[in-house]
Amino acid sequence: MSSQKATFLDGIHIPPNKSLTDGLKITKCAAPDFVYLPLSMHIGAPAQPIVKLGDKVKMGQVIATAGGFVSSNIHASVSGLVTGFQKRYLPNGMTSNCIVIKNDGLDTLSEEIVPRNESEITPDLIRKQLQEKGIVGMGGATFPTHVKYAPPKDCPAIDTIILNGIECEPYVTSDHRVLLEYPSEIIQGLKYFMLASGAKKGIIAIEDNKPDAIALMSKLVENEPGIEVLTCVEKYPQGSEKQLVYASTGRTVPDRGLPAAVGVVVDNVATAVAAARAIKDNMPLIERVVTVSGNAVNNPGNYLVRLGTLYSDLVEKAAQGYKGDLARIISGGPMMGFAVNSLDFPIIKGSGSLLLFNYDSPFAHVPQEQTCVRCGHCVDACPMFLEPTVIVQAVKQRNWDSAASSSIHACIECGSCAFECPAHIPLVQYIRMGKQFIGGKGEGGCNPFYVIKK
Amino acid sequence: MEPIKEPSTPLVLLSSSPHIHSGHTVPAAMREVLLALVPAVLASFYYFRMSALSVILACVISAMVFEAICQKLMNRPITTYDCSAALTGLLLALCLPPSFPISLAIMGSFFAIVIGKMVFGGLGCNVFNPAHLGRAILLASYPQQMTTWVLPVTASTTLNAVTSATMKADAVSSATPLVSMRIAESLWQTGQQASTQLPSLWNLFIGNVGGSLGETCVPALLVGGLFLIWRGHVDWRVPFFYLATVAVITGIYGGVRGYDSIFPLYHLMAGGLMIGSFFMATDWVTSPITKRGRIVYAIGLGVLTALIRLRGSYVEGVCYSILMMNMVTPLIDKYVCNISFGGGAKK
Repeated sequence: MSSQKATFLDGIHIPPNKSLTDGLKITKCAAPDFVYLPLSMHIGAPAQPIVKLGDKVKMGQVIATAGGFVSSNIHASVSGLVTGFQKRYLPNGMTSNCIVIKNDGLDTLSEEIVPRNESEITPDLIRKQLQEKGIVGMGGATFPTHVKYAPPKDCPAIDTIILNGIECEPYVTSDHRVLLEYPSEIIQGLKYFMLASGAKKGIIAIEDNKPDAIALMSKLVENEPGIEVLTCVEKYPQGSEKQLVYASTGRTVPDRGLPAAVGVVVDNVATAVAAARAIKDNMPLIERVVTVSGNAVNNPGNYLVRLGTLYSDLVEKAAQGYKGDLARIISGGPMMGFAVNSLDFPIIKGSGSLLLFNYDSPFAHVPQEQTCVRCGHCVDACPMFLEPTVIVQAVKQRNWDSAASSSIHACIECGSCAFECPAHIPLVQYIRMGKQFIGGKGEGGCNPFYVIKK
Repeated sequence: MEPIKEPSTPLVLLSSSPHIHSGHTVPAAMREVLLALVPAVLASFYYFRMSALSVILACVISAMVFEAICQKLMNRPITTYDCSAALTGLLLALCLPPSFPISLAIMGSFFAIVIGKMVFGGLGCNVFNPAHLGRAILLASYPQQMTTWVLPVTASTTLNAVTSATMKADAVSSATPLVSMRIAESLWQTGQQASTQLPSLWNLFIGNVGGSLGETCVPALLVGGLFLIWRGHVDWRVPFFYLATVAVITGIYGGVRGYDSIFPLYHLMAGGLMIGSFFMATDWVTSPITKRGRIVYAIGLGVLTALIRLRGSYVEGVCYSILMMNMVTPLIDKYVCNISFGGGAKK
């Protein structure tokens, strides 16, 4: 454990508000009667279904295969009957075809899921297992993990693996609990990652607001060569990939580049747990830890939930419903999560938290946008050293060239600028919109905020 | 494939992330700047008594009224509550001489708010620091009233031998320390001692000298300025590099010409430099938005102030140098911009 706390430049301080759930053990959420497994619960091509209506499936069985290299297999998270294919909205606003499975309540495990002998594990097997068992980044980005361990030829050799246990989003505590309750699997997963990539160094990065996790992990890695625990300063967005690489290794990931370009791979701690299970026990990714929190939840907690469980089932079965009228339903953290309009969304591989707030909470208040007073707080906050207010000016004027030359593409959409803005300008929201316009070459889509007057 | 299922929609708020906010608001920041000016205001009451009170009240109230009238005429929401007009009025008042006529003070408020701010589109759109613009217009229009200084009621009449002290009803007309310094400079050049010409360093520090209402008491301004830096409303780079530049230039200038070593210290504490560097130059709207830009801006301010003070015919350079650098701010923003993390130089 290093004595100096690592961090990045700029960024903001947010009250963490994690006390609602950070002391609560991970509890199992009962499997629901129906699970809805989207074919696009990862970045990349949608998976292709290989089951038909009326097929009987076992838990852990592959029901859809990867639709390309950057894609992922999907496995049944319960045993039962395939009863339908539905197109549903995902929390991020996209739609995806979902395979609906009626749970028979037996949880019959697929026969192929048998633990494997430690001696037969090789780097190639690790890559194969990561791909076959549907392991994707569980921090939210859902990038297929096996792709990270098959870097392009022109990249330097991977020498460091960073496990991201930062969890800088307020309210969310799922990774914190994973660190505390599955520590040996995290270290196991990290070792597999190091074996697969040939990296000699493994870093488990934890923010200093989780002293119990730091103490536990430090003790466990004492006799592990090459693995260390790194204490990071509590600052947002410490958990962002580029910022974490800088804090841990001092390396700067180039513009539009991946961490692999500087010889680093970053994975979430929950991903490491899933990978360890996939490689050692042959267990596919079919469940994950989800934090349910917020002032409207009757029973906040960290729940181990089957993928494809609807939020409504999770809230009803595990969190025992909510009190008051819901003002806000946030899928993900309050800084980067999606506000959704109902609980009718399935839990996917990247869902780390569900936050419910009623009208007693400050979340129920959306302040009105005012004129920029050029205070520069957004510039000072931006961890990517951008000038958000300048970009937003360009976006409002639909001056895409100017927005592009202000490096709008480099924005990681962390929301620090909008959080700090005293004029309540939705800066990152404008930037996001500008990115979509530029992606579509300024055509298509609609700009709800700005109308050109002719 | 079943048709797409629309989620049921109870009444929940939808918005793009982030869903939380720091709680910072512009009015709260303005109120904290007003709070930071309280020591300076109290000092002006102490040194100049009723004349300070009347000028400050006139400026603050009239600034708020002018803003409200403008917003009414422009069909805009009236935003007197955000305290920005009150702040402009107060800053203007603190830059005026103590015996300044009330009617002219109100006219200064008019220039500051209407010409300096509302004409450009209100808060956030102005090019110049409104308070200093108002002061500059007053100085051009009423040079005599703007340069008639009185000694604080607490100062002894024997302090200043430069001007023949003429007793008035409540005050003594005097020269400001910067005017005294010009005379001291000519004495130093001929190798004479000039200490009798100058107020003592201690009197200059605590503000027991002639000058504008709020600019004389250095400790009061320092307390307010440090409070603003601590609260994050002011970037320390602006006052630091501004003061440092002035100190370095006046130090070199004095050293080369063989002036007394207290010369740069006098320049730091005399005139409007303290209030200008902490409260005027750091105005959000009219200063650059990047840290590096602010350093360039502050050094530019220091150079201009020193130039005007040392080589100009007019003894005070803070007001004009800030207005000039305000004009350069968009240029600084354009050319001194941030390079994104991991990115190359911006085009």
